[in-house]
Amino acid sequence: MPDLTAKRRRPLWFNLSPLNLPVPGLVSIFHRVSGLLLFLGLVWFLFLLDMSLSSESGFAHFRSYVGHPIVKVAMLALLWAYLHHFCAGIRYLFLDLDKGVDLATTRKTSYAVLAVSLALTAMLGAKLW
Amino acid sequence: MVTKVVVGAHYGLKDWLAQRITAVVMAVCTLIFVAVLLGGGPITYGSWKALFSKGLMGLMPFLTLLFVVSVLIHAWIGVRDILMDYIKPTALRLAFEVITILWLVGCAGWALRILWRL
Repeated sequence: MPDLTAKRRRPLWFNLSPLNLPVPGLVSIFHRVSGLLLFLGLVWFLFLLDMSLSSESGFAHFRSYVGHPIVKVAMLALLWAYLHHFCAGIRYLFLDLDKGVDLATTRKTSYAVLAVSLALTAMLGAKLW
Repeated sequence: MVTKVVVGAHYGLKDWLAQRITAVVMAVCTLIFVAVLLGGGPITYGSWKALFSKGLMGLMPFLTLLFVVSVLIHAWIGVRDILMDYIKPTALRLAFEVITILWLVGCAGWALRILWRL
């Protein structure tokens, strides 16, 4: 039987420097955060789809609803989450196939994922509004 | 006595593969969705409804259904991985897992209702 009380006396580690992640780590944690955001945003997306397809007045209501600045900001955040998850996901599929696994390439592709997802968010965001 | 050792076998391989397959399915659907939405003219209620009105044989309803099923599988595996990493007490994690499953099934049901109504 392990000594369970010993666990309480273990030192706490207050040095936060491990949080200074290398870029592939940043892409990785963003992939997780964006995935969780999309999971949470799913029901809102369904709400919007339901409203837009319900009726002529529902569609008009949807139009004015997505025109609200707070809704726009939230949708932009979810758009980024989707695009980041999409781009990072494609990178992971290539990593699974053992493509681009050396350090220099993983860093380059990580920067590319961050840049492309942000650029696409800006482009699609501007196009939609 | 339980002698099953949960390493070195293929535990999790099916989930790992399912997550990748559903990812590819959703990625392809996404590209088609974007092409349909940006390729057409300005979207009115009529044109928007028409896109979804051909029953499950239509492109958009079929892809939406495919997407919904993929999200169900993909999100379940992803959220379960997150729960496994951060929520250590088994009872609490199990509760969250049950909530996640019910939530996702509820969302899929709602999506079906939206498609069915049209």
